[in-house]
Amino acid sequence: MTRAVSGLKVAAIVFVAAVLQATMLGSIDIGGGRPDLLLVAVVAIALARGTTVGAVAGFLGGLIFDLATFGTLGVTSLLLTLAGYWIGRYGETTGRGRAHAPLLSVLVMTVAYAVAAYVLHTMLDDTVSARVALFDALLAALVGNLLLAVPVHALVGRVLRPAERLERLPEVRLLG
Amino acid sequence: MARNRPARVAVLGSSVQRSAQSSSSRTNPALRRRIVLGVLVLLSLVLVTLYFREPQDGSLHTMRSAGTTVLKPFQVGVDRVVQPFRDAYGYFSGLVSAKDDVRRLEAENRVLRQEATQSRFALERSRELQHLLDYVSSPLFPQGFEYVAAPVVAYPPSQFERRLVIGAGEANGILVGDPVVNDDGLVGKVTDTTTDEAQVTLLTDEKLAVGARDLDGEAVGIVRHGSAGQEALILDLVEKKYAVREEDRIVTSGTRSATLEAAFPQGITIGTVTFVGQNDTDPYKQIQIRPAVDFGSLHSLLVLVPKGERR
Repeated sequence: MTRAVSGLKVAAIVFVAAVLQATMLGSIDIGGGRPDLLLVAVVAIALARGTTVGAVAGFLGGLIFDLATFGTLGVTSLLLTLAGYWIGRYGETTGRGRAHAPLLSVLVMTVAYAVAAYVLHTMLDDTVSARVALFDALLAALVGNLLLAVPVHALVGRVLRPAERLERLPEVRLLG
Repeated sequence: MARNRPARVAVLGSSVQRSAQSSSSRTNPALRRRIVLGVLVLLSLVLVTLYFREPQDGSLHTMRSAGTTVLKPFQVGVDRVVQPFRDAYGYFSGLVSAKDDVRRLEAENRVLRQEATQSRFALERSRELQHLLDYVSSPLFPQGFEYVAAPVVAYPPSQFERRLVIGAGEANGILVGDPVVNDDGLVGKVTDTTTDEAQVTLLTDEKLAVGARDLDGEAVGIVRHGSAGQEALILDLVEKKYAVREEDRIVTSGTRSATLEAAFPQGITIGTVTFVGQNDTDPYKQIQIRPAVDFGSLHSLLVLVPKGERR
């Protein structure tokens, strides 16, 4: 029951983030780029819940986003699945409980996401300018995502109660 | 400050044996998350592949349309909620950039105007030079002469002076007395030179006279400045016995006489007869000529330089 409620909460967060990204944030242009609320939300969920939930949240968020924006189905899902998995892994291991983890995760994942998206769209024969995708838009997205990171992380942490958080791996087992 | 921890012993590096259940509980989550990741990645790749391969009316496209339809109300709702904020953002961001935009557009406009003017000037110049080249390569160009093309660099300083300056001089082989023409006809002659420039006295100057003949008749005479206007010419010293009609073409005769300082090559167009008259007191006809050259619009000229050794 708790898992189901928890899953619904994650789905709701992802859904709201995807719809907001497709509508409100999609039309914002700050210095050639825009913040990616969906990516930041997936990163926050992955940090809070770990790899499996992070990957599933990324997949669902990407699917909703592609549906809402008439994008190529599977592209955003693939990118966000990998993002959710890697950040979840980071949260389960070294990032656990560290104050800078949300900012560091968003910083690294924004850059990695931009590079991966550029490569993927180029492979799919979409017209993409490397300068715009990897410099102009990336700088703006970095600033926007870092601004969103702390409040989104706090909000996601509040929605997902501490008891529901991270499926932690017992890296070190204690006896006694 | 000592931490208040319960007294527990870490098993890492110790000889404590792990139970089979604990080993299994560590392996399962790792395996599970890898399986989940693999499935999701595979699913994404399958979606991308199928989406690209199937036609527009395929099942995935239909599913996407259905999904979009389901999401549409949420999108519209969010869109309406955020629209005022978006408008406010657009308004203020527009205000911030408005001054910069105006400044940038004004600068751009200035540059474009200059470029347009330069382009038009270059085009006109190109047309003139093309006309001159056509003239040079035509049979009308006088035999025994070479040409020096030169731009007009200074126009008559006042309406009383009929001289201008061209941008070629002695260094280009130009000497005083050389005829100056353009593709329309005779312009004048060189009356002064420096190394790089030359002064050209126009045919409409009072001091200039040219031996001329009627191309459509037998009359010969001298063309010089007339009294009817600044750019009017007359064909003087034509005896009454010669028939001259209006619209007859007047060209240089190539002759030299006591009153003419220099000979112009024969056959260069001077103008067209506009009036022919005579009276009992004057032994010659009164003939007015409309010059072929527009003396108010001279930009590029040709100086005729005799071939061979100069004087």
